[in-house]
Amino acid sequence: MLQFLIRRLIGAVVIMFLIGAFTFFLFYTVPQDFAALSCGKNCSPENLAVIRENLGLDKPITTQFWEFMTGIVAGRDFATGHCAAPCLGQSFSTGEFVWDSILDRFPLTLSLTVGGLVIFLIVGLGAGLLAAWKRGTVADRAVSGASIVLSSFQIYFLGPIVLGIVVYQTGWLDNPKYHPFTENPLTWAAGMLIPWVVMATIFTAQYTRMSRSTMIEQLQEEHVRTARAKGMKQSYVFFRYAWRGSLIPIVTILGIDLSALLSGAVVTEFTFDLAGIGRLAVDSSLTKDLPVTMGVMLFGAFFILLLNILVDLVYAYIDPRVRLS
Amino acid sequence: MTSPIKAEDSGSAAVLDPELAATTENAVVKGEKQPEGRSPGQLMWQRFKRDRTGVVSACVVIFFFVVSAAAPLIAKLYGKNPYTLYAQEPDYPFLLDDFAMPTGSFGGMSGEFWFGVEPKLGRDVFTMLLYGMRTSLYMAVVVTTLCVITGVVIGMVMGYFGGRVDYWLGRVTDFFLAFPQQLFFIAFMPVVVAMFVDPQDETPTFLRAVAITLVMWFLGWMGLARLVRSSVLSLAEREFVEAAKVSGASPWRIVRKEILPNIVTPILVQATYILPGTILSIAFLSYIGVGFVEPTPDWGRMFAIGADVYEQDPMFMFFPGVALVVFVLSFNLLGDSVRDAFDPKTGR
Repeated sequence: MLQFLIRRLIGAVVIMFLIGAFTFFLFYTVPQDFAALSCGKNCSPENLAVIRENLGLDKPITTQFWEFMTGIVAGRDFATGHCAAPCLGQSFSTGEFVWDSILDRFPLTLSLTVGGLVIFLIVGLGAGLLAAWKRGTVADRAVSGASIVLSSFQIYFLGPIVLGIVVYQTGWLDNPKYHPFTENPLTWAAGMLIPWVVMATIFTAQYTRMSRSTMIEQLQEEHVRTARAKGMKQSYVFFRYAWRGSLIPIVTILGIDLSALLSGAVVTEFTFDLAGIGRLAVDSSLTKDLPVTMGVMLFGAFFILLLNILVDLVYAYIDPRVRLS
Repeated sequence: MTSPIKAEDSGSAAVLDPELAATTENAVVKGEKQPEGRSPGQLMWQRFKRDRTGVVSACVVIFFFVVSAAAPLIAKLYGKNPYTLYAQEPDYPFLLDDFAMPTGSFGGMSGEFWFGVEPKLGRDVFTMLLYGMRTSLYMAVVVTTLCVITGVVIGMVMGYFGGRVDYWLGRVTDFFLAFPQQLFFIAFMPVVVAMFVDPQDETPTFLRAVAITLVMWFLGWMGLARLVRSSVLSLAEREFVEAAKVSGASPWRIVRKEILPNIVTPILVQATYILPGTILSIAFLSYIGVGFVEPTPDWGRMFAIGADVYEQDPMFMFFPGVALVVFVLSFNLLGDSVRDAFDPKTGR
């Protein structure tokens, strides 16, 4: 198990390095004049020269890359001060260190992602199990039909509808707002409830369909039939034999969906006007604040890789074949 | 007349029972219905035709494409366009009230403005939606085609050549899969635009379209490449490919004549999932303000406008939203039906 984990971690570091290199070279070589890009419209030559010097754009590209990479590991010094260890550079427009702005925004995105994930896994898998259990009945058809319709909805369409009903019309809940979890877990949950539910709805639908179909497949497997033939209790066969097997493909898909989950969080941020890292990425992209854009992008890749390793661990736990290979 | 080939043609029972074969042939002579061989494609088409959901969703999808392609024509007949600010036209003095919201009920729906009027600017929602769909569908078709071609070529190369080529291309595929897709789109839009346009200048719409196409293409082919690779791997072991190899067919011929026809259907099924996904991604980009900008009519941006005015005028979002849901829903159902028709074993 430990060996497996170490192998995965090394792979993740290599991929992270490659993504960093790829992004860096694309960002710093493709736009002919990077300084002009960050300077924007009506740029005076003096500003341009200052920006160029601050960015170290006069140095060769490999030196810049080396500085950027060592900055991430060991920190680096800017004209405005020292940027501590995971240093992703400095914003053009605000002068803030990129890592600080990401840390500032990330708790919100993390809350969205994790909350949504928990809800859609519980509801989605539960509904799928129910549909597979009652296969062919009204309940099954209702669940399957609802899931196929709901999976065609979009967060930016469903969000305003839910807001309109729950907040504007009836006033049951307040407008979604982020309160730090450490302050008060209850207000945190209350503020995030609507975004969670809306985001989870879209994903729930997919997972319901999937868990239903894999469960039905599993119920036809030979070991399940044998267990039944032995006269085991139906519920025991269902949960201990079939469910465990049906989790394997679901965890696989979950691993693939993680990046979709993060982008779901980005759309959710926009729909409910919350300031997470998605908003940070878009704002910086629109103002051409490239160090910030690049930082968020790398951070997102890192976050997804990390979650992927977690998913792999779960996978190894469920499926012994993965551990042994 | 009673050659073995003929007997085989008239059904498997005939091979087992020569007498039956004789009667069948008599029947043919009498001009009754002849049992005919059907190609897999014909079988699939027949199964598909029997699937009512599939046919209905196919019709809806075709409807969307026809309407989008005919958008200029429809707009001409209807007499409006998505750019004119009708609230400022002297012909329509009371289109918007003092708060710049549509005066009529349901977002200003009327015989003149079928789907209502846009708050603040007073544009026509119906033509905005038509042209918005048109932009999205065109882009999605282009992106999907590019992704499919790239995915098929790379997947074929991986599966057919195997060995080291397969290994390294597989790592490249993994690498691209590790990118956070939407964040990548957001991050690379300005970079790709800067490839073509000086940052001091305005970006023309078609360059935005090119930039969106490029970033989507870049991260859109991996799933298909993997699918094609595994299909090619399993096909390459089959006897008919072996036979073609032994008889001296060139790799190009084997790929084209033996392998490609056998993987067309899974590619098609996959494409029906990629296309709506692409439309949603384009809509996503425009929604958050990175994709198409004013005044280009775009499906996704209508949601951004709608979200802005939702408290005062919830009707604005109704038609774009319902259209998008119906479109994605029918595309998903169509994909499922095509898959079922292709492989009836996968029960739902």
